[in-house]
Amino acid sequence: MAFLTAHESAEVRAAAVARTSYGRLVALLASRTGDIAAAEDVLADAFERALRRWPVDGVPDNPEAWLLTVARNRDRDRRRSAEHRRTTPYDPDVAPASLVREEEPGLDVDVDAIPDRRLALLFVCAHPAIDTTVRTPLMLQAVLGFRADQIAAAFAIPAPTMAQRLVRAKRRIRDAGIPFALPDRSVVPERMREVREAVYGAFAIDWQGVAGATEREALGNEALLLAETLAELVPDDPEALGLAALVCLSLARAPARLDATGAFVPLAEQDPDRWSGRLIELGERHLERAHGFDRIGRFQLEAAIQSAHCARRRTGTTDWQALRTLHTALAEIAPTLGSTVSLAVVVGRTDGPAAGLAVLDRLDGPHASRFQPAWVARAHLLAQADDIPTAVAAYEKAISLTADLPSREHLQRTLDAVVSGGGPAPVPR
Amino acid sequence: MRYALLLHHGEPASGEIPDETIQSFQVAFDAYAKSLDGAGVLRAAEILGPSELSTTVTVRGGGLEVQDGPFAEAKEMLGGVFIIEVSDLDAAVAWAERCPGAQYGVVEVRPVGTAFVGGEWRS
Repeated sequence: MAFLTAHESAEVRAAAVARTSYGRLVALLASRTGDIAAAEDVLADAFERALRRWPVDGVPDNPEAWLLTVARNRDRDRRRSAEHRRTTPYDPDVAPASLVREEEPGLDVDVDAIPDRRLALLFVCAHPAIDTTVRTPLMLQAVLGFRADQIAAAFAIPAPTMAQRLVRAKRRIRDAGIPFALPDRSVVPERMREVREAVYGAFAIDWQGVAGATEREALGNEALLLAETLAELVPDDPEALGLAALVCLSLARAPARLDATGAFVPLAEQDPDRWSGRLIELGERHLERAHGFDRIGRFQLEAAIQSAHCARRRTGTTDWQALRTLHTALAEIAPTLGSTVSLAVVVGRTDGPAAGLAVLDRLDGPHASRFQPAWVARAHLLAQADDIPTAVAAYEKAISLTADLPSREHLQRTLDAVVSGGGPAPVPR
Repeated sequence: MRYALLLHHGEPASGEIPDETIQSFQVAFDAYAKSLDGAGVLRAAEILGPSELSTTVTVRGGGLEVQDGPFAEAKEMLGGVFIIEVSDLDAAVAWAERCPGAQYGVVEVRPVGTAFVGGEWRS
């Protein structure tokens, strides 16, 4: 590190501590007061002070403890001065709170004893009293330290709107007295499900209907960090491990999803050599540990499906019968529009297009008729069944529902190929 | 089919919305209009000036009446119109839900009855 100036190396260290400890420090500070915004503020002050002091005094042996002590001092000062203003008339002879001797940073804190309250913080972010659409952004900010404008960009909504939602949610947590505690044992399964859903939300943000495939990619790494954090905090929850595996295995294929010209490449046509071997390995490790608990669930099934696709990198082929079994199980325990459409595609591959179309015909509900993936699947299956006129109509419907430009162009190219008699849609290998 | 996406929202006083917010929404509307345009479905996009600059005109029984102000005073006013041409209501709703105006106001999706295009009225 000799090539770094003292200032630069302090900045590098501060950034490293921020990456690894931010959520732990916010969780700890907020758990005493219930005030996430105040915790973030005093921690920001502490980081600012670190950037001033560390280049001069050297980076402390225990940067995390140093930051915690400074943040706590700052928090205590604020409280005192607020209390002071509320309760006493101004008296110039009384020393203002900021002049009170501060604790020596870092001396009295044993870093190994700093409790990890991040799980409680995750439960707070996904509390039933918090609107579902703000839970994921709240986790990204409070636990990982992302700025509102970064989160807004990933969700494809204007930064001030996102900032306002986050501020409102934090105020609600504080003023409604949402507890920073692990929930009662009887409700843990349900509450944990909500936490996993919110973490999953970072991975599949199309529930808001504002982002297309292109924006979704942008949130991948944030989703990975959140999912890994959750798996680390609840290592005995097979579904949390399954979720981490799902994110790893899906993200592993991200580099192959767009070609050099930025055009969308569907899974079956992707070059497995462009997938990330490191992420596949990590995902497989999570999935193996999850299976060790012998309690199957939705995320483990979804991860197993991704794992079966990733196996093509090793074996050169795709085991469609295994995928059919997995998708059937998934559609049974999680009967969503998405899981039914995926099942239809796989059944189309194993049992022929007519069988796939029969699965699609089971879809109902008010959203089914404008669910874009269902129309894409229907169009592909009809093309494979050589019912070209109906296929063309389905492609046109799918395109009309697609706002994401690369996906739209890909569908248009496929449609053109079908119309010009270039054969039915490419059959996945 | 042509649809009008009608943007309704409360009218903030001048200075009430921070410049940063306004700029951020300008960027969002720019991206929105460009993706509509890129998809080939945009026919017109107009964001209206403040309703206090409106003038209403009425002709009744041979008498002309010109008045200051909008047609109807309401908490939420018409603030903009996007005309799009898409296959059906589902597609129109898919675009409406991506409209930045839906983040702070209401986007009304209304089919166009008849439109003057290429020198004639078409429905």
